[in-house]
Amino acid sequence: MTTTETTDAGIPVATFYAETDVAPGLAGRLGAPGAPPFTRGPYPTMYRGRLWTMRQFAGFGSPEDANARFHFLLEHGQSALSVAFDLPTQLGYDSAHPSARADVGRVGVAIDTADDMVDLFEGIPLDEISINFTINATAPIILAMYLVAAERQGAATADLAGTLQNDILKEFLARKTFIYPPAPSLRLGCDVIEYAAGALPRFNPISITGYHAREAGCDAVQEVALTMASAIAYSEALVARGLAFDSFAPRLSFHFATTMDLFEEVAKLRAARRLWYQIATERFGATEPASGRLRFFSGNSGTTLTAQQPLNNVVRSTIQCLGAVLGGAQSIHVMGYDEAYEIPSEEAVTLSLRTQQIIALESGVARTADPLAGSYFVESLTDEIEARARALLAELDAAGGAAAAIEAGIPQRWIAESAYRLEREVSSGERPRVGVNVYATEGDETHFGGAFAADPGVAERHAARTTERVAARDADTCQAATSAVTVVAREGGNLMPPLIDAVRAGATLGELADVFRSVFGEFREPRPW
Amino acid sequence: MSPTRVLLAKPGLDGHDRGIKVVAMALRDAGAEVIYLGLRRTPEEIWHTAIEEDADVVGVSVLSGAHLSLAEVLLAERARVGVDTPLVVGGTVPAEDVDALRAMGIGAVYPVGASLPHVVESVLALGARERTA
Repeated sequence: MTTTETTDAGIPVATFYAETDVAPGLAGRLGAPGAPPFTRGPYPTMYRGRLWTMRQFAGFGSPEDANARFHFLLEHGQSALSVAFDLPTQLGYDSAHPSARADVGRVGVAIDTADDMVDLFEGIPLDEISINFTINATAPIILAMYLVAAERQGAATADLAGTLQNDILKEFLARKTFIYPPAPSLRLGCDVIEYAAGALPRFNPISITGYHAREAGCDAVQEVALTMASAIAYSEALVARGLAFDSFAPRLSFHFATTMDLFEEVAKLRAARRLWYQIATERFGATEPASGRLRFFSGNSGTTLTAQQPLNNVVRSTIQCLGAVLGGAQSIHVMGYDEAYEIPSEEAVTLSLRTQQIIALESGVARTADPLAGSYFVESLTDEIEARARALLAELDAAGGAAAAIEAGIPQRWIAESAYRLEREVSSGERPRVGVNVYATEGDETHFGGAFAADPGVAERHAARTTERVAARDADTCQAATSAVTVVAREGGNLMPPLIDAVRAGATLGELADVFRSVFGEFREPRPW
Repeated sequence: MSPTRVLLAKPGLDGHDRGIKVVAMALRDAGAEVIYLGLRRTPEEIWHTAIEEDADVVGVSVLSGAHLSLAEVLLAERARVGVDTPLVVGGTVPAEDVDALRAMGIGAVYPVGASLPHVVESVLALGARERTA
């Protein structure tokens, strides 16, 4: 044991905490659950009113393959869906594109047309089941296809609930599925938010995300600061369009990681809520309480899972899920224990769902809102994380805000350096990983039977189906609708209405992404060194 | 002796670059010259740069599950340009595919769980063999 203990983010931890460790004025910093500054949670009754949404991320292969997994999850008590798209769909290539071949249907489902979206949700009522879409660069096109699929089901747009990730800034930062340069990318993201503010009252048009930067290596404090910096950048862009902050802010949603350092994670989530309330009121003059009420989805951390002794990952995921619940998450994904190296098996996905159900129904932690409030340690840590995140936010502000800092590569360096430091700490044994650098035994890497195998024929079959559908569409209508997208992309205006017309007329995702490529150009990441 | 020259790149569409950047920094700290090409690189770009930069080892990282098909096209392009610089692969490679990749002609495979010191040592050893060959 070292003499100085610190949290994962390097915050010193004392042997014990007392009343004197909490600054005066705590009651004002907390408020009641569901009341400003929302430290204790966005809703007054929290999980007593309604449990969090159990939302396991899923999708692979063709729309029919993914549809089968969705039905499986719903039958096992999952309360909403979360769609994973394959990389070609995320990067604006149809399945037939030469760059797409190796990746079709691999890390998610392949979607080329609005008809594919109809197939994806076959038998799933879109006015009842909330859907999360992990999609960013092509988010406006995917939203348009989803709206057309809902229209074909006869669902009213006012009833559609769910979340579109649509956070392109963090793609430049960490997840890396950008296509166009930052400025037009930001425009596309804001077009979606602006459109949804009028048309989709129950839908979250963006999930502002610190999760991926965290998974790429940054710490909990940096995660909060980067998320807030992005939220500020989108809000400023929308306000600059002439939108009132209160008209879109209540539908902004957030996404954080929940990793292993239990108290730091809970404190981080509480601090994030308080910080967003302050930003909403102080920077943007919010008058509606809902504009400063941070709601978030929590994903467990995949990078904390190990290939060695993989059943240990069940325990890790349980602790992380508990952290998300104690931190007041609105929806949660629990990683599969086999997810360190494959798309989770049905067995692993079911166990992840059961983990959530056991915490919800058996542990008793859902009985009361914000049960850790008033803990000397947790309150002191919440204050400290808020203060440190504010200081980092000031650095990002000084660099010109999130977009400028990302273009200058500043947060990318934080992330890469922190990832390297963590890895060296694991290699040296300074940071314990059970089953890896402590309590490891030879031959620990369990080889799962029936590991997920991508269907080798999916690319060809899906490409062939799209070719048929393209041949069957009315070419003139589709051509005219696609041209209308080009005109608005060039001349300005919200792209959502022409995109909806174009996908309804059968335009493919690749064709529409190509329109934007020709108007906006493609972005190539600057070298990190 | 001049330092080992290692070219690192991400082929395919996968953007998970935490691992390859950590490996790049560790190789650099171990004295290698690292050329990092970045994301979404084609086999043509990778081997063109490998020749131009006189790389001793080429390393690619794939976390999308597409390692077998990407290794195949990378090896085909290596044969086409007529070099025999060792190609190594890291990423989410299940155990049964490690052997398959080795059999195809991949110099070394670093699956999930491979330790950082092992990766560095193995890449430098392959590079040294290339230098003395």
